[in-house]
Amino acid sequence: MTPGFQLNEILSGVVVLSSKDSVQHQGVSLTMEGTVNLQLSAKSVGVFEAFYNSVKPIQIINSTIEMVKPGKFPSGKTEIPFEFPLHVKGNKVLYETYHGVFVNIQYTLRCDMRRSLLAKDLTKTCEFIVHSAPQRGKLTPSPVDFTITPETLQNVKERALLPKFLIRGHLNSTNCTITQPLTGELVVEHSDAAIRSIELQLVRVETCGCAEGYARDATEIQNIQIADGDVCRGLSVPIHMVFPRLFTCPTLETTNFKVEFEVNIVVLLHADHLITENFPLKLCRM
Amino acid sequence: MFAATADPAAIAAATESSRKKRDTDDSSIVGSDFEPWANKRGEILARYTTTEKLSINLFMGSEKGRAGTATSAMSEKVRTRLEELDDFEEGSQKELLNLTQQDYVNRIEELNQSLKDAWASDQKVKALKIVIQCSKLLSDTSVIQFYPSKFVLITDILDTFGKLVYERILSMCVGNRSTLPDHFSPENVNDTAKETCLNWFFKIASIRELIPRFYVEASILKCNKFLSKTGISECLPRLTCMIRGIGDPLVSVYARAYLCRVGMEVAPHLKESLNKNFFDFLLTFKQIHGDAVQNQLVLQGVELPSYLPLYSPAMDWIFQCISYHAPEVLLTEMMERCKKLGNNALLLNSVMSAFRAEFVATRCMDFIGMIKECDESGFPKHLLFRSLGLNLALADPPESDRLQILNEAWKVITKLKNPQDYINCAEVWVEYTCKHFTKREVNTVLADVIKHMTPDRAFEDSYPQLQSIIKKVIAHFHDFSVLFSVEKFLPFLDMFQKESVRVEVCKYIMEAFIKHQQEPTKDPVILNALLHICKTMHDSVNALTLEDEKRTLAHLINGFIKMVSFGRDFEQQLSFYVESRSMFCNLEPVLVHLIHSVNRLAMETRKVMKGNHSRKTAAFVRACVAYCFITIPSLVGIFTRLNLYLHSGQVALANQCLSQADAFFKAAISLIPEVPKMINIDGKMRPSESFLLEFLCNFFSTLLIVPDHPEHGVLFLVRELLNVIQDYTWEDNSDDKIRIYTCVLHLLSAMSQETYLYHIDKVDSNDSLYGGDSKFLAENNKLCETVMAQILEHLKTLVKDEALKRQSLLGLSFFNSILAHGDLRNNKLNQLSVNLWHLAQRHGCADTRTMVKTLEYIKKQSKQPGMNHLTELALRLPLQTRT
Repeated sequence: MTPGFQLNEILSGVVVLSSKDSVQHQGVSLTMEGTVNLQLSAKSVGVFEAFYNSVKPIQIINSTIEMVKPGKFPSGKTEIPFEFPLHVKGNKVLYETYHGVFVNIQYTLRCDMRRSLLAKDLTKTCEFIVHSAPQRGKLTPSPVDFTITPETLQNVKERALLPKFLIRGHLNSTNCTITQPLTGELVVEHSDAAIRSIELQLVRVETCGCAEGYARDATEIQNIQIADGDVCRGLSVPIHMVFPRLFTCPTLETTNFKVEFEVNIVVLLHADHLITENFPLKLCRM
Repeated sequence: MFAATADPAAIAAATESSRKKRDTDDSSIVGSDFEPWANKRGEILARYTTTEKLSINLFMGSEKGRAGTATSAMSEKVRTRLEELDDFEEGSQKELLNLTQQDYVNRIEELNQSLKDAWASDQKVKALKIVIQCSKLLSDTSVIQFYPSKFVLITDILDTFGKLVYERILSMCVGNRSTLPDHFSPENVNDTAKETCLNWFFKIASIRELIPRFYVEASILKCNKFLSKTGISECLPRLTCMIRGIGDPLVSVYARAYLCRVGMEVAPHLKESLNKNFFDFLLTFKQIHGDAVQNQLVLQGVELPSYLPLYSPAMDWIFQCISYHAPEVLLTEMMERCKKLGNNALLLNSVMSAFRAEFVATRCMDFIGMIKECDESGFPKHLLFRSLGLNLALADPPESDRLQILNEAWKVITKLKNPQDYINCAEVWVEYTCKHFTKREVNTVLADVIKHMTPDRAFEDSYPQLQSIIKKVIAHFHDFSVLFSVEKFLPFLDMFQKESVRVEVCKYIMEAFIKHQQEPTKDPVILNALLHICKTMHDSVNALTLEDEKRTLAHLINGFIKMVSFGRDFEQQLSFYVESRSMFCNLEPVLVHLIHSVNRLAMETRKVMKGNHSRKTAAFVRACVAYCFITIPSLVGIFTRLNLYLHSGQVALANQCLSQADAFFKAAISLIPEVPKMINIDGKMRPSESFLLEFLCNFFSTLLIVPDHPEHGVLFLVRELLNVIQDYTWEDNSDDKIRIYTCVLHLLSAMSQETYLYHIDKVDSNDSLYGGDSKFLAENNKLCETVMAQILEHLKTLVKDEALKRQSLLGLSFFNSILAHGDLRNNKLNQLSVNLWHLAQRHGCADTRTMVKTLEYIKKQSKQPGMNHLTELALRLPLQTRT
C-alpha cells in the first residue's frame, strides 16, 4: 500500500513507453482527476431509480498537462519523467480517498497518447491515494462510560423474559485518530445467562443527498471479537480495535454527502439473546 | 569512500559502544539454565493422550449461519470479502470427523507441511489462512484430555509461521548490503520491509475471532522489532489483557503459556507481562470451579481429579518463566497469594514444579502442611507429593526436618490405593530416601513397594518406574556388600518377571558393580547375589540373541569374574571358576576368560612356589591344566581354540607338566586340518591363511623348547606338524605353504644349535637331552633337506608369466633365510644360494635397490671375524644392470 498524498504535494514518477518499432503520435498528456461518486441504494429508493438515478459525480480535481509535443518515439523503451503538483481550484476541498458502498472518492492519474486518425489513442490509468490534511490542534478526548442492563435496552418486546445482567465499561474516546486503535474496557459485572461472545462491530453510515431528500445506509466494515465464551465476572476485558485502512476515512460531512462511523458493542448470550449498544464515532487524521 | 577516511579512533569508539550495547542486551537472551520448551514438548505429548475420536474442522460451517444473525447489517459483498480470510480455499469446507489421535497428529503435520509449501510458493495469504484455521482449533475443548497435546501440535505450526514471517521481513531488510546485525534497530530497516511488516499486523488485526487473532499476533511478536524499539514492550501487555476475553479457563491458561513462551524467547527481560499473566490467572482461578466448567465436565464425563492436571503443563511453564532468575521476595509473594486462594492444590503443584528446588526444599514442611489441607476431591494428592519429591531429589531440606518429611510423605504415599499412582509417587521419593538415609529406611521403602505392587501383579504395568527405583538405589549404594544386605533388594528384583526387563535390570547392576567395585572381593553375600544376577543374564541368551547383546553380557560377566578373588586360597578360586564354567557355558567370551584366569592361577601358583612345586601344588597345577584341556574343545572359534591350546600348553610346560603340554600341542596339531579357508571376522568373510601363518610361526617358536617324548621318535611333534601342513589344502596360487616351510627351516636351524636361544626354567629341552648327538643332527638335516626340496619344487612350478614375480620374491626370501640361518661354508649350500640369487634376478623382476642392499650387507658381514667365506660369495653374486 502506497502512502497517501496530501494537498500541495508533488506526484512524481516516470511514464514508461516501450514498443518494437518507432511510434508516431499527436502528443502525450497527463490528467489528474478526482471525483466523488454517489450511488443510491435500492433500499432508500426503488431498484430502477437506484440504477438510473445515481447522482451526478462531483468533481474535485481535473487538470491536464502536456508532456510531449506531437512527434515520434524511437523504438525500444522510453522513459518520460514527470512532476505533477496536487492543487485544487477555488474553494474545493481535497477529500480523503474512500471506497465505500454508496460513496466512492477516488483519485486517478491518466496518461493519454493521442494518435493519428487511423490508430486508436492509448490510455493508461493509475489510482493514487490521497490523505486529507491533518487536523490542526489537539484532539480532545471524549470518553464515554456505559452501563448495559435489561432496563437500558430499547426495542425489547418482553423485558421480563430477559435474563438479568449488568455490563459496565467505557470507551477512552469516541473522537478517534484514524491511525490509532479504538480502546476502552468492558466488565461483565454479572450475568445470569452464560455469555457466548462479545464483539465490536464497526459500521459506516453513508448519507447521500438527492432530489427526493436524502438516503442513509449503514453497512458493517469489520467485526472483532473481544470475548469468547463465558468470561470471568468482574474482570475487565480490553476493547481494542484497529481501524482497517481501506475502508475507513476521517468522518466527512459535506452538503451533498456524509460518511460517518459508529461502533456497536454486541453481546451474545446463550439462548441467542443479542444485546447491542451503539456509539457514534468521529474519526480524524492527525 | 567516507568510511575509508574515517579516523580509527571513531571506529574504535563505535565498536566499543556496540560491544557495550551487546553487553546490556545480554539480558535479552535466556541462559542455558532455563529449561527450554522443546524439553517439555515430548513429555506433554506422551502424557496427554486419548482414545476418543477427534475432529478437525477447518473453516467452520456453522460459522456462516451464526454470522448471519449477528451481522444482519453486513452487505453481501463485504461479507464475502471478509470471509475470504476465514476461508481456507475458496469455498472449501473441510470437516474431518472420527479421527484417532494418530490421524489427528498426522493431519496437523500435513497442515504444517502445506503451510511451508504455501509459503515457499509465495502464497502468503493461503499460509495465513492455514495458520488462522489451525489456531481456531484451539478454541475447541471437546475431548478435553487431549487439549494439552493439541496445544503442543498447533503451536508448532504457529512457531513455524512466526519464523517464516520474521525471516522473510529480515531478508527484505538486507537488500544488497550484507546481513543485518543481530541487535539491529528499527532505523536500519528500510521502508519496504516496514510496510510489509505493518501489512501483516493490519491483516492480523482484522481477524474476526479472538483466539486466532491472539495466537497469530503472538506468533509474530518478534516482528515488532522491525517497527519500533518499544513495539514488543507495548504489545506484550496488550496481548496479556486480550487473554482476559477468553472465557474457558483452560483455553485461556494455555494462551497465557504461549504468550509467556513467545515472550521469553523474544524479550525475556520484560518480566512485567509474565507477572501480569500470573496475577490475571489468579483472578480467573475461581472460574475453574464455576458452572460453565462443571457443566462441560459432566457433558464429557470427565472427573475433576483428571481435569485439573490438564492445567499443569501450561501453569508449570508460566511459573517457570516467572521464577527464572526471580528474586526470593517475588517467589514468596507469589506463594502467599496462591495460599490465600481456596482449593489451591493445582497452584501448589505448579509452584513446586516450577520454582527453584532450593526454595521449595527449605520450606518443605510448610508445603507438606499445605498439601495436607488440600481438598480430597480436587487435584490428586499423589501428584502433589510427587512434585514435592522431585524437588527434594534436587535440593536438600534442612537437616532437622529430614526424617519427619519422609515420615509425613510416606504416611500418605503408602495409603494410595491405585498402584499406578502409588508407584509414580514412590519412585520419586526413593531418591530422597537413598540420599539421606541408611539401608534400614531404604529397606522399609522397598518392602512397602513390594507390598503394593505384588497384588494382582500390578508390577507388570510399572516396569519403567520399578527400573528407575533400582537405578536410584544403585546410584546411592556403591558398596555392594551393603546393597545386598538390604534384605528386600533381591525380593524386589523378583518383581521383574518379564525377561527382557529383568535382564535390563541385571545389566544396570553389573555395570554399576564394574564401575564402583574397587577391590577384588570374596564376600559370599556379593558373590551369591551377583552369580544369581549373572546367571539370569546368561540364561536369557538364546538362538535369537544378537551378537552385540551377547558381547555386552559377556563383558559384564567377565567384569564380575575379574573382581572375584579368594586371595591365597587358590583351590577356592579354582572351584569358583569351575562353578562359573558350568553357569556360563553359553557365552564363549566368558569361557575364554575363564581359561585365561585358570592359566593365570597356575602361573600364580608357580610364582608362589618359586618354580618348585610341592606334591600338593603340582597336583593343583595339573588340575588347572586339566580344566583348560577339557574346556577348550567346547569353544567354537577355531583360532580361539588353537591359540588357547598353544597358550595352555606353554603354561603346562612352564609348570613341568610335560605330558599334558604334549597333549595340548597334539590337540592343536590335529585341529589344524579343520581350519576353514574363510573365517568370519566381525561379520565379514576373510581368508584364514594369514591367521594360520601367524599361529604356526608362534607355534614353531614354542616347539623349539618342547623336549621330545622318550617313547616317540626324534622331533615327533615337528614331523607330525609337517605332515599336517603337507596335507592341508592350501589356496591355489598361494605361497603361504612355502613361507611356512621357510619358517620350519629357521626352527630346524635353531634346533641344531648346541645351546638353544631360550629355555624354560626346570625343563630340559632337546639341546640338553641329546647334547648335540650326531644321530639327532642327522635326523635334523634329513628333515631340512626334505623341506628344502619342497621349496625348490615349488619354485620350479612358478614359471608362468604372472608367477615370475612371485618366483623372484620367494627365491630372494629363501636366499635370505640361507644367508641368515645356513652355514655357507658348505659348498652345496653355497652353490644353491648363488643359484637362488640368479633366479631372483633372472626375469628382471627383482627390485634393484633390495638386491644392492643385500649385497652390501653380505660384504659388511664378510668383514666380521670368521666370516671370510662371504667375501668369496659376494664375488659370485653379480648385480643385474637394467638395460
